[in-house]
Amino acid sequence: MFLDDLIIVKHQGKQFIKDLTKASLPEIFRGIPQISDKAINAQELIDFCPTAAILLNKNKLAIDLGKCAFCGDCQMQFPNKITFTNQYKMATNNRDSLMVYQGESKEIKVEASLIRKEIQSIFNRSLKLRQVSAGGDNGNELELGACGNVNFDMGRYGIEFTASPRHADGIVVTGPITENMVEALQIAFEAVPEPRLFILVGVDAISGGIFAESTALKRDFLNKVHIDLYVPGNPIHPLTFINGILELTRKKYRR
Amino acid sequence: MKAQNQYIKLKNGSPILTADIPVLSYNDFRVQTIKLLLDFDKAHCSNYFAIPKGIGFQLIVIIAEDVNHDFLVFSHQLLSIETALESLTQDHFAFHIFEREIHENFNIQFLNHPWLKPVRFAHNRADQSKQIANYPFYHFDSTEMHEVSVGPIHAGIIEPGHFKFSCHGETVKHLEIQLGWQHRGIETLMLHKKTDLQRTLLAESITADSAIAHTLAFVTAMESLSQIKVDANLNLERTIALELERLAIHTGDLCGMCTDVAYQLGSSVFNALRTPIINFTQRWCGNRFGKGLIRIGGTHYPLNEGLKSDLILVLNEFESRFVEMAEKTFNIPSVIKRFDGIGIISKINVGLLGCVGMVAKTVGYKRDIRLSHPFGYYKTVEFEPKTCISGDVMARGFLRYQEALQSIQLIKTMLELHKSELVSSKPDYKVVLNPNSICVSATEGWRGEIIHTALTDQNGQLEWYKIKDPSMHNWKALELSLRNIEISDFPINNKSYDLSYSGHDL
Repeated sequence: MFLDDLIIVKHQGKQFIKDLTKASLPEIFRGIPQISDKAINAQELIDFCPTAAILLNKNKLAIDLGKCAFCGDCQMQFPNKITFTNQYKMATNNRDSLMVYQGESKEIKVEASLIRKEIQSIFNRSLKLRQVSAGGDNGNELELGACGNVNFDMGRYGIEFTASPRHADGIVVTGPITENMVEALQIAFEAVPEPRLFILVGVDAISGGIFAESTALKRDFLNKVHIDLYVPGNPIHPLTFINGILELTRKKYRR
Repeated sequence: MKAQNQYIKLKNGSPILTADIPVLSYNDFRVQTIKLLLDFDKAHCSNYFAIPKGIGFQLIVIIAEDVNHDFLVFSHQLLSIETALESLTQDHFAFHIFEREIHENFNIQFLNHPWLKPVRFAHNRADQSKQIANYPFYHFDSTEMHEVSVGPIHAGIIEPGHFKFSCHGETVKHLEIQLGWQHRGIETLMLHKKTDLQRTLLAESITADSAIAHTLAFVTAMESLSQIKVDANLNLERTIALELERLAIHTGDLCGMCTDVAYQLGSSVFNALRTPIINFTQRWCGNRFGKGLIRIGGTHYPLNEGLKSDLILVLNEFESRFVEMAEKTFNIPSVIKRFDGIGIISKINVGLLGCVGMVAKTVGYKRDIRLSHPFGYYKTVEFEPKTCISGDVMARGFLRYQEALQSIQLIKTMLELHKSELVSSKPDYKVVLNPNSICVSATEGWRGEIIHTALTDQNGQLEWYKIKDPSMHNWKALELSLRNIEISDFPINNKSYDLSYSGHDL
């Protein structure tokens, strides 16, 4: 019987990704975009974006990755104007740095100067997080679950999801924050002992995404909390999340 | 005059004029509905909803004929909200959820409905004084019973919903599930959004684990309402994507089921096995859930030769590892003990509840849109759904195993038929819809039938958009499965159903 198990294990082979900070994703993956200087009708492009993520700032086009649903349709409709690269490292603690401007080859990272002092000293070896889905479509939830699977194995860094907010060091929110869920979210957040992290995962959580103008949402709770990390994606890629958390809590992973 | 059969027959994804839907007096409407649904093997209710029309409401019922490939559609015009209607639920229980939804949204009264409890506390519900936070759960007035509340936030990384167990000792006597925490107002947004791309993104976000199935239902509705013909090759690509979604999620669910019975090897292996499938989807369209792949009228990501040989390699490698693990899982005594005979739902209850998809198939109903109302590739073949009979956790697990194998075979067959030298058209971002029309578009997601119903007004604008996830029917089955079993069996039961919160709450 144990021999059977060993044979299965052998047939599965090694599944884990050795170095999560250096893993690469296929070219087709939609990570940080670039906007070229090619002349196009800017208004057409702005109107085309389904989540109003593309805007004009001082005559330069920009994409707000906090609003971008990464559908990639703009790069198909306006080829050579917008190109999504496979750069998945795009989690940041600075909302403004999610803005990618025309002509820029943007690097998005966690900025050391904005990290609260206690975060690094307390959470740099072990971090337990409580995830709360507030209207999430189950995509980000599945990807957060995948962070702990045998491929990504986030647990190797002592980072895990936990059941009780009392055992957690922070809250990870997915979904656009529905009116029906906001109270439960607030209770869960307050149950986490201080200092506590607050992390927004996915376009829906960061800006409301495609649901932004829905009257079924209630996002004013976000004004009352300090947001420690924004993780863009729709859904996020596990590598984006894990690298973001490592950069936030551990000095040696900072770029 | 009382004509026989006052309904119009509709094929999956073929539009008709809304005016052609027969309008019946409520008595005829009710009698006909009940008569058509007498035989659970032949028909079930796919959707029943109200739309505001003039001063009142039009109540439209869509009955799926499981043998004739037809949807039977007819309606009743309710002139005044003051008129209370005799509930259909008292004669056919499957209507309980639909009548509750209609009542919650529009305050239409149904007489003799057993329990008009709120469905999802929609933002535009008729009675705003009802709040999800102070919903009064069903309560036993007993000194011997105790209650266990779970949620809305659950222990794992999953979506929110509230479960209230009324127990006698360790035994669950009654489980009440209340949902609504995930409500984002998708149906309203479908009408308010200005572009087709926005609506496509909404369809992708109904629930990401069925992103392909829901988006396919949406684009099929839009294409048929605008007379866009989809070529056979694109249909094959879409169906391959749909079966890949089924394969990936079934594998992930088998992982979850192993986790819930503490079978570590199965849990790890099935978890790892899901990865190559969704990573292939990522290599195909840049997203592990297939977001971006399904678009109205065409595709940006044709399935080229390279991808096809890639997929065959992935499937062959997957299949041997998957079968080895599944055979072990379903034969190991510690797993069998926790799967076998646990959380049984009887065939008669499934029939009464009008359950669809996996739940119907685990008790032996061949209720599968791929067979009953074929779309895409399934129009060209005689599809035979896999079924079980025992209706327990074992059946729900084993059906996943069998369906996953079937999906692999289907994908391999479709890959042979697919001609990558034929180039599919590009997506159409501005479609013109037929005015005054209705289209019922159905796909079989991995959970079961997904029905999107689109109605247009005289200007060809969307007038109403109704989404039905299979979870609408099936949540009640989970409640009944829990009766008289140990409360410790809840997690494995819940996982074995794996119903959608976001698909239900919309």
